[in-house]
Formats: sequence, structure tokens, C-alpha cells
Amino acid sequence: MLKEPKIFEQNAHWILACKAEDVVENGGVCVKYGEHQIAIFYFTRRNEWYATQNECPHKKQMALSRGMIGTKNDEPKVACPFHKKTFSLATGKCLSGDECSINTYPIKEENGNVYICVDSLPLT
Amino acid sequence: MKVVVIGNGMVGYKFCEKLIAKKLPDLELIVFGEEQYPAYDRVHLSDFFNGKGVDDLTLAPASWYAENNIKLHLCDPVLYIRNSIKLLQTYKGYVMHYDILVMATGSAAFVPNIDGIDKRGVFLYRTIEDLHLIQSYAKKVKRGAVIGGGLLGLEAAKALLDLGIKNPDVIEFAPRLMPRQLDESGSKILSNTLTNIGLNIHTNKNTAKISGKENVTGMQFTDGTSLSTDMIVISAGIKPRGELAVECGLETGINGGIVVNNFMQTSDENIYAIGECALYNEMTYGLIAPGYEMADVTVNEICRIHAKSNIRTKEFTGFDMSTKLKLVGTDVASFGDPFAQGDTVRNIVLKDTSKGIYKRINVTADGKHLLGGVLIGDTTQYNILLQTCKNKLILPPHPEDLILPARDVKKEEGAGIVALPDDALICSCESVDKAAICSAVINQGCETIDDIKKCTKAGTGCGGCLPMVKDLMVYTMKQQGKYVRNVLCEHFNYSRQELFDLVKLHDLRTYNQVLDNLGKGDGCEICKPAISSILASLWNEMVLVKGNDTSQDSNDRFLANIQKGGTYSVVPRIPGGEITPEKLIVIGQVAQKYGLYTKITGGQRIDLFGAHVSDLPSIWSELIAAGFESGHAYGKALRTVKSCVGSTWCRFGLQDSVSFAIQIEERYRGLRAPHKFKSAVSGCIRECAEAQSKDFGIIATEKGWNLYVCGNGGSKPQHAHLLATDIDSDTCIKYIDRFLMFYIRTADTLTRTATWLNKMEGGINYLRNVVVNDSLGMAEQWEQEMQALVNAYQCEWKVAIETPEIRKRFNHFINAPEEKDPTVKFDALREQKKAANWK
Repeated sequence: MLKEPKIFEQNAHWILACKAEDVVENGGVCVKYGEHQIAIFYFTRRNEWYATQNECPHKKQMALSRGMIGTKNDEPKVACPFHKKTFSLATGKCLSGDECSINTYPIKEENGNVYICVDSLPLT
Repeated sequence: MKVVVIGNGMVGYKFCEKLIAKKLPDLELIVFGEEQYPAYDRVHLSDFFNGKGVDDLTLAPASWYAENNIKLHLCDPVLYIRNSIKLLQTYKGYVMHYDILVMATGSAAFVPNIDGIDKRGVFLYRTIEDLHLIQSYAKKVKRGAVIGGGLLGLEAAKALLDLGIKNPDVIEFAPRLMPRQLDESGSKILSNTLTNIGLNIHTNKNTAKISGKENVTGMQFTDGTSLSTDMIVISAGIKPRGELAVECGLETGINGGIVVNNFMQTSDENIYAIGECALYNEMTYGLIAPGYEMADVTVNEICRIHAKSNIRTKEFTGFDMSTKLKLVGTDVASFGDPFAQGDTVRNIVLKDTSKGIYKRINVTADGKHLLGGVLIGDTTQYNILLQTCKNKLILPPHPEDLILPARDVKKEEGAGIVALPDDALICSCESVDKAAICSAVINQGCETIDDIKKCTKAGTGCGGCLPMVKDLMVYTMKQQGKYVRNVLCEHFNYSRQELFDLVKLHDLRTYNQVLDNLGKGDGCEICKPAISSILASLWNEMVLVKGNDTSQDSNDRFLANIQKGGTYSVVPRIPGGEITPEKLIVIGQVAQKYGLYTKITGGQRIDLFGAHVSDLPSIWSELIAAGFESGHAYGKALRTVKSCVGSTWCRFGLQDSVSFAIQIEERYRGLRAPHKFKSAVSGCIRECAEAQSKDFGIIATEKGWNLYVCGNGGSKPQHAHLLATDIDSDTCIKYIDRFLMFYIRTADTLTRTATWLNKMEGGINYLRNVVVNDSLGMAEQWEQEMQALVNAYQCEWKVAIETPEIRKRFNHFINAPEEKDPTVKFDALREQKKAANWK
């Protein structure tokens, strides 16, 4: 189970994921939520936050949080470090021509804290 | 509605894919396959011997069938069909009703009735199972032969070569190789090429007997000659699998093919047959494109029946059997009627025996239309010739120009595709015509091959049409007034060379500065690493500072190479491959402590695999404490300078190659460039360090060194060119400084030195003028710039472990930094471990 229960205080439907200052600028980090792994991206250039599953659906690797982020025609995206498949951070759709897609989750930053809404995931 | 498919080969799979895409309600789809693997790519079967595994060849994993609600039964052949009551029974005992039955039973290898064919060491070449058997038997024997000199037979012979069988024999019954596709002269040229790469070709040979007691020891021919061999692979053609059809009384042909009409219906209207088992118009089709077309027709039929309609929208009308193939060591293509001759036909032939090129086109006597032809050795014109033939285009006044080698590349651009009619079929696997591709560019804004693939599916099958798709795309874009130039990506309207100069001129130091000043938007995975590389080549600052960390390619960001499963590999620098026993012990201890798999690399150093991201800083702390530094195996930078032992020990050595290799490696370590680059130093002309396969290589002479540049190993090997001879060590380094700076400034992103030189006008002579004769007057500046980069070198890993803000980035979970990724799995392998396979 969780080693740092304090970080995961339940706040209505929003979960406190981490401190904003811990997230790398214009990049991603991975948050552990029970057995789940959530990738959190801070797109500093656009002042936008995104949360997705950490697993790349192509070869089922826990790697999206380590991918490079960017845009395609202004749509924010992440490229998996393994084979550079790209996914929309906004919709989860694969942008490099594959059928697979990723889950995205609501996320917000308030007073230096980052919260994610993972109601769709059971806490195991 | 219950649709049952018998057979899970390529065509059976395509049928499922196309039917699922129709999203018919209440459709139940069941597939029976007799093999143990889900459908795989039989066209590329010989890739299995080039290191591809079953997974790489699989078209879709078992999970795909489950996700799409298809019940897939493998290892379960259908035993009989009772079509009067629409019932079938399988080997495992299923008794199943169907509404529509689709037979995609494919074909089996044709096994000639030869005395002794049942001996150990005789194999077929058809399934992955066959390949496993061939592979394990080939390990134990020295000689091998293939019966059959057709397409598949030559593939099989190549497979034997790849398995280490020296000079395999190819036995062909007909007087020439590939008798169905090639004429006599073409076959002769092909035979020569194949003989040169190590095959023994025997034509006009009819095998009478296979000799040996239990195991094969040789073969005897009807002409009284014989041959000794340890194994025989049979690839003498195919035989449609129609036995089920025969048993239940469907109409079949002499060769066993199941007779079908234009709608792929057999003599029972509820049973369809597609692919190699179907006999249409007294012809079986052994190629993939017609099989896919048949699948498409049948899917249309099922939709029609589902909608209770009588209107048929699609029919099969035969298929062009033109084909282009990458054969052993050469390319072969044949299209239209390759053999046409006589009074009404004009044959134009181009033959170059030394280059192994043969081209023949058959033109109508009035010179207006192309009837067919054969291409060997150079098939670049295949697509355009095929289209000209199929669409009956009027030929230019001198049709021979069509097969003459293209000398002026610029003139070639777009030529030919303009004349194609809109309905010219460009991608036969997915039936995409020219209009669809042009429309994707004009109406849907596609500007990359990926866009086109996504939009039209063109090029997603065999991929053979991609060059033509690209030409069409570029041509259409130009027509649209879109400026096609060599720009980095949508965020930068400059080439790499332009950006390099601009970044330097404006003295920009971070990716964000470059994007703000020279680009637009928010960057992507193409421009980020390219700009980062330019910044590193210009200023040589630690790559993870100033917010540049997230603009690095993933491997640079973690200063290690990501491997299967998400762990990293660690490669400490071992300059020139020289290492003390003490340091070897440290590497061993570190590997033991962190549970790492160790392997000697091709560049004379040691790679440690399986490191968790959070262990990287501690691993490097221990390595650095023992005197190691980063090996930059993760960067587009200098990799290793390989060396032979040289004059210090070797009785032939002319110079001290190890000392010079160490000096070179320490000079250019950490230097980032448009792509990785490698070097080597050999102590004499025996060339044990293989310097001529490197980006720059040095070979000792009696008087000093010979410097070679722009060689390459890898997928497209290329020997390095001699740049300067008998130079002393200082001159050698000066030339390398200039050479590298010239490369770094002018090469496109991700271009190795060999490709860079290949694209350079004037080639090696121009390069020699620039580097040796200083024709651009840049030599002094480049030498100074290189010296500045050398002076700025620092070990990135040392900086990383000593800088807390950088060090803390090396964890998997931001909210549980001490925990490792629990999904990382290893399997045991020869007393070490390996990454678990892709899921």
C-alpha cells in the first residue's frame, strides 16, 4: 500500500498528487496511486496541466511520463520514449496513425498543489 | 448472423479485419486455424532468420481477436463440413452451425513424389514450424540444398545462407530460375548475381532419388549426376488446400482449388472461398494483393446478405500478377506480360552483365503501349512502368528512355506520376488510387507520409508503394503552391544548417530561447532533440541545466539508454578499449550489487543492463569514485575509438595504436553532433580495429597515419574514403577537428557522416579540398572552435550526481521516490537475466 498516506489525502473527488514545484517544467513525472501509475505533465510554456495513464498502449511500457511533450497543430501531445508514438494530452488519441489511445484524467493546480481526479480508477 | 472462417492465414485475417470494420450488428464471427500461432506475415517469413521473432511477424495478437469479439480457435482444424445442414465439426470436437462459411484454407507446399523424400533432413518451407525445424537442423550440418528455383525457393536458399550453410545448392527442374516471371536472359543475369553471393545454381535438373540411410546424404538426378548434401529444403510450388471442399462435394479444379464465381461464392451459395485455396477462372492466385481483394469482395457479399439485399456492389475480375521483390542480394520485378514477343511486339532490352542489371520492356509494334516487362538489379522504375502498362498510357516517342538509368536526379522528380490517370491504383494492398492520395493532400491537408497513411491506409500493407506515394504527395503539394523545403518540423521554418548558424549568431543558450526567437508554437519530439544537439555542439554546456533537460531526447534526459521494460543500460567510457584489472573488478562489483546484466559491446567496452532509473545516480557514484566517466552511449555524440593492440605488443604493429586511440577518444569525448559517430585506430594495414567502417578511422603506416572518413557499419555498410596519407599525429588531429566541425555545421539532423558525404556535391574530392587544402578558409576558426569545445568538456554524470536538483529527477514515482517501478520484470537467462518480453 501507500508509503506516504499524507500525500494522498482525499479531498472530495480530487486527489492531492504532488507539489507543483516537484514537477519538471515542460515535461512529465509519474505519480503512484495505489497500483496505478498516472503521468502528470506541466506544459509550462502554455501554463497547462495534463494527466494521463503512464503506460504506452503500443508495447505496454510504463514510460509516457518520461516522454517529450510538444504540439501538433496546437494540440498538446506526448511522444513515448520507446518508439515515438505520439498521443494527444487533451483527448488521449494516438496522433501517429494507430488505433490505440490512452486514458486522460482531470487535473488542477491550486496553491502550489497538484490534484487529479481519478474517480474512474478503483483504488486497489 | 453467424460467420465461420476456416483458416487463420494472412487472407483469413484480412477478411476479419475488413468485416469487423463494417460494424454489423448481431454478427458472430468465429475463426478456426490449424496452426498454433495467430495469423502471421508469411510474405516476410525469411526475416525470421534475420533475427525477427514470431511476435514481429504476427499480424495481430490473440488479444486483438478478443477485443473485437472474434472467437479464435487455434490448433483446431475443421474435420468435415455438412453443407446440406450448414454444420461443421472440428478436431477438438466442436460441432457448429454456420450461416455463412468462408474457406481461407490457403495452400500447402507441393511435395514431389521422389524416392527417399521421407528421410531425416528433408524439410518444407512454408510455416513458422518448418523454420524452427530447419533452424535447429542447420546447426548440426554443413551442406544444404533447395529443390525449387522459384521465388520461394530462392528465399529458402537465402535463409540457408543466413543460417551459416556455405554455398547452398539450388535445384531447378526448368531450364532457368524463376521460370514463371523471367525470360532466359534475365534468369541468366540473376543466376550470375546469385552465384556471386554464394549460391550454387543447377537448372535442368530432375531429382530422381534422395540418398542416405536414415539421414539425407545426397541426391541423384535423372541425368545420372549426383550431389552430396546434409539437408534438403523443398520449395517446389504450392497446392491449394481444397480437401475439405472435395469431401463435402463442392466443385474443385484439377489442382484441388475450390471453384468460385466473381463473388467468391463456391458451388454452395452459403460457402465462400478466398485466397490461395480459391480457383477463379481456372487460376489460383499465390500473391497477397489478390487475396486481400477477394476478402474485400466477400465482406461486401456478407454485408449484402446481412442487409437482405440483392444488389451486388463489388466483384472480383481477376488480378494483375505483377510483382516486385527484394531477392537475395538483388531486386527483381516482373509486370504485365513479361514474355510478349513476335511480329506485333517490339522488345527493348538493356543488359549490364558486370552490374547484374537486366531490363526488358515489351512494347506494341507501333511503340504506343507498354505490354509488360522484366527488371533485375534495378527496379526503381517498376511502379511507373506498372502504372503505364495497367492504364494503357501512351508511351513517349523513345520508349527506351523508360529503362535507361536516371543520370539527372532533378529531372526525374515527379516525372511520370503526372501522366497517371486519377484511378491509377497506387497501393494494391489497400486499393488506394492516385485521386485518393491527391485528395488527401488537397482536401485533408496531409503533408507527411504518416498523415497519408492515416488518412488513406496507403502504404500500410507491404509498403512497396511508399516511394511513389511520397512523390505524389510532394508533387501535389507543389501544385498547391505549398513550398516544399527541407525544414525541421512545423515549429521551425529552417533547415538544421540554417538553425545552427542562427543560434550561433544570436548567441542563444536554451531550447526555449531558440523557440521564442526562431520558431513558433510549443515544440515537439523532432525539433527538441535537434535544437538540443545544436546547443550542445555550439556551447558544450551540461545538457540537463537551464531547463534544457526536458528538451533532450529521452536517453539524454536520463543520461542512459532506455531498454525494453523501462530500465536503463549503463556504459562507462573505456578509452581505446584499454582497462586495468582493478577497474574490471569494480564493474563486476557494481553489476553484482545492482543486479545488472553485463555484456561486452561492439565498441570494446562493457554495457550494464537492467538498471532502475532511481539506481542510476548511485551506480554512477560508485563508477566515478573508481575513476570511470560517462561513455555517452546515450547521446548523438562520439561513441568509442576502437583499437587493436598495436606496436606495444603486436609483432606486426607499426605504431602505438592504443595510445593514439586513447588520445583521440579523450579529445572528442562528449562532443555532440547531428548523429552518433564512431572511430578506430589500427596499428597496421591488417586493420584489426576495422577503422575503414568508422565515421573516421586511422591506420598506421611506416611513416605515420592514413586518415579515412565517412565509413559506416550498420544497416547500409559503406567503406570509408581515404582523406590523407602518411600524416603525423598532430596533422591527423587537425584534419579530424576540421572534418568534424564541417560535419557538425552542415549535416542535416540525424544524418551520419556517410550519408552526409553521399549527398555532398563533389563528394570526397570536395571534402578533401575543404579539410586538407582549406578551400573555404575556415580551417583556423574550426580548429579554435573545436579546442574551445574540448576545453569545456566535463563528465555529465559527475555533474549530475553532484547537483541535487538534477539528481532528484532520477526516480520513477514523484510521490514515492524510493520505490521502483513494480511493473519491471526480468527473466533468467544463462546465469544472468534479460528483460521480459513485450506484453
